[in-house]
Amino acid sequence: MKLLLDKANVEGIRFYEAYRKNGGYSSVEKAFKMAPADIVEEVKKSGLRGRGGAGFPTGLKWSFLAKPEGIPRYLVCNADESEPGTFKDRYLMEFLPHLLIEGLIISSFALGSNRTYIYIRGEYAWIPDILEQAIYEANQNGWLGKNILGSGFDCQIYVQRGAGAYICGEETALIESLEGKRGNPRIKPPFPAIKGLWDCPTVVNNVETLAAIVPIINMGGIEYAKIGIGKSTGTKLISACGNINKPGVYEIDMTISVEEFIYSDEYCGGIPNGKRLKACIPGGSSVPILPANLLLKTAKGETRYMNYESLSDGGFATGSMMGSGGFIVLDEDQCVVRNTLTLARFYHHESCGQCSPCREGTGWMKRVLYNIEYGKGKLSDIDLLWDIQRKIEGNTICPLGDAAAWPVAAAIRHFRDEFEWHVLNPEESQVRNFGLAHYADAREVVA
Amino acid sequence: MIQFSEKSLSKVQEIIARYPEGKQKSALLPVLHLAQEEFGGWLDVPVMDYVAGLLDITPIEVYEVATFYSMYNMKPVGKFLFEVCQTGPCMLRGSDDIINYIKSKLGINVGETTPDGLFTLKTVECLGACGYAPMMQLGKLFREHLTPEKVDAIIEECRSFSAINN
Repeated sequence: MKLLLDKANVEGIRFYEAYRKNGGYSSVEKAFKMAPADIVEEVKKSGLRGRGGAGFPTGLKWSFLAKPEGIPRYLVCNADESEPGTFKDRYLMEFLPHLLIEGLIISSFALGSNRTYIYIRGEYAWIPDILEQAIYEANQNGWLGKNILGSGFDCQIYVQRGAGAYICGEETALIESLEGKRGNPRIKPPFPAIKGLWDCPTVVNNVETLAAIVPIINMGGIEYAKIGIGKSTGTKLISACGNINKPGVYEIDMTISVEEFIYSDEYCGGIPNGKRLKACIPGGSSVPILPANLLLKTAKGETRYMNYESLSDGGFATGSMMGSGGFIVLDEDQCVVRNTLTLARFYHHESCGQCSPCREGTGWMKRVLYNIEYGKGKLSDIDLLWDIQRKIEGNTICPLGDAAAWPVAAAIRHFRDEFEWHVLNPEESQVRNFGLAHYADAREVVA
Repeated sequence: MIQFSEKSLSKVQEIIARYPEGKQKSALLPVLHLAQEEFGGWLDVPVMDYVAGLLDITPIEVYEVATFYSMYNMKPVGKFLFEVCQTGPCMLRGSDDIINYIKSKLGINVGETTPDGLFTLKTVECLGACGYAPMMQLGKLFREHLTPEKVDAIIEECRSFSAINN
């Protein structure tokens, strides 16, 4: 089932003519005949959950937006996609820029935002040109600008480039950055819905979330909610990477199993060179890594599915999270210690430095992991790592602290023997990997 | 005397117009990108002071931002900056080997520039190209699915580009 990428392969779809010819902007025509409050209702009915990682219900977030008289409100599109393993928003913006612009126009109308900003990560340096071309075409054809479709509603969309800071994906850090400051997250409350950009009420939504508004308006919230299962409604983009045959961006309805996603030719196409599955980080680098046996089946022995509920089944003890949909696969030759080290280094590099548990703790974890990886670790280092991550989690202004703590915690939780092996075999661990010693039955599980 | 070209100056005005009256500080990140492009690939103190003047903010407001974001270079870099990703998903696809290959090919370490001033090698954290790993950023674009052969070709391409444009 495809709602977002269904026309991704149509020739010229990046440009207005082909996009319009294939039904583009029809949702704007429909939405502008509705009252803004009714659009918010439709989004609530759809059950759409934020696609950036947190999974918060979008309609609910919209309904929190304060509407004081005489004060502007802002919609900001979060295109600061930076969670390792995640590259789905890039795909949407590169190949279907008009879909995002269409979603932004309806959402701006629903929320009453006359100036809407797309904040895109600085490294995607060629994409602003693509988006600005689409915005220009939308303006030329009367979908943006003054008095859109005779509704009396004015709207303009601007693209702002970041400059290399993962933290700016956090909505209050993004707002700070958009104000021309360092990306230091703000203390909440007040939430952006009350006091956001330039102290005005602001909604910040992910690219994929805003694109999903288009099918929701086209088909209606109730029909959209019929796709998927439980509280995982609609479709989700998954960016798959690591040791798989077909890395890329896939749109799934959230009823397929993890096993099907990895091994089916329609999706990842299995693991290269006949290797076996060792582990997977199913929702972007900050969510817990799972060993193959817990990835494909829950602790209760039930099939695990690609949706919010199933991926988190078992909590952090035996489950993980849907997160941003960055699906990272590790084959039997990969080293969990090394993988965890690269992630710890990432979070240390990206910590804004505002809260000491995160600023100091991420660097400390990185150094301890470095020692273990390079044969200079002690057994007590493993408990030390556990202790540090526990003291970061929940003790910072923003979720970066948690995001840094979880991968370390999960790696120790599920792969403690591999860490111990590294410490006890400092020389051997430099020349070979621990492999699949964790679970002798991995072959059965995967077959 | 540091001064943007006419074209860049009008671009600055266009950027400032994106924000409500009095919120021109919001233009800081985009203007620093422009400045880095125009003034030699890095942000020297006089350049940052110039930007502060343009946006009517204090120099310290520019310094604190310029030093926070990793894309702004605080010291000179080579004509071609290789920014190779080394985070988990790229590591799983062999980025360590690619980094080592570039090091030996150019005879420099990470963070160094070749004596001819052409190449600087930098490692960076996740750039959002995990499915097309290993990869690097070169200027505005990503170079993906890197192999030693591809790296050779990129280096050649840079050398001939530089020879033609000298």
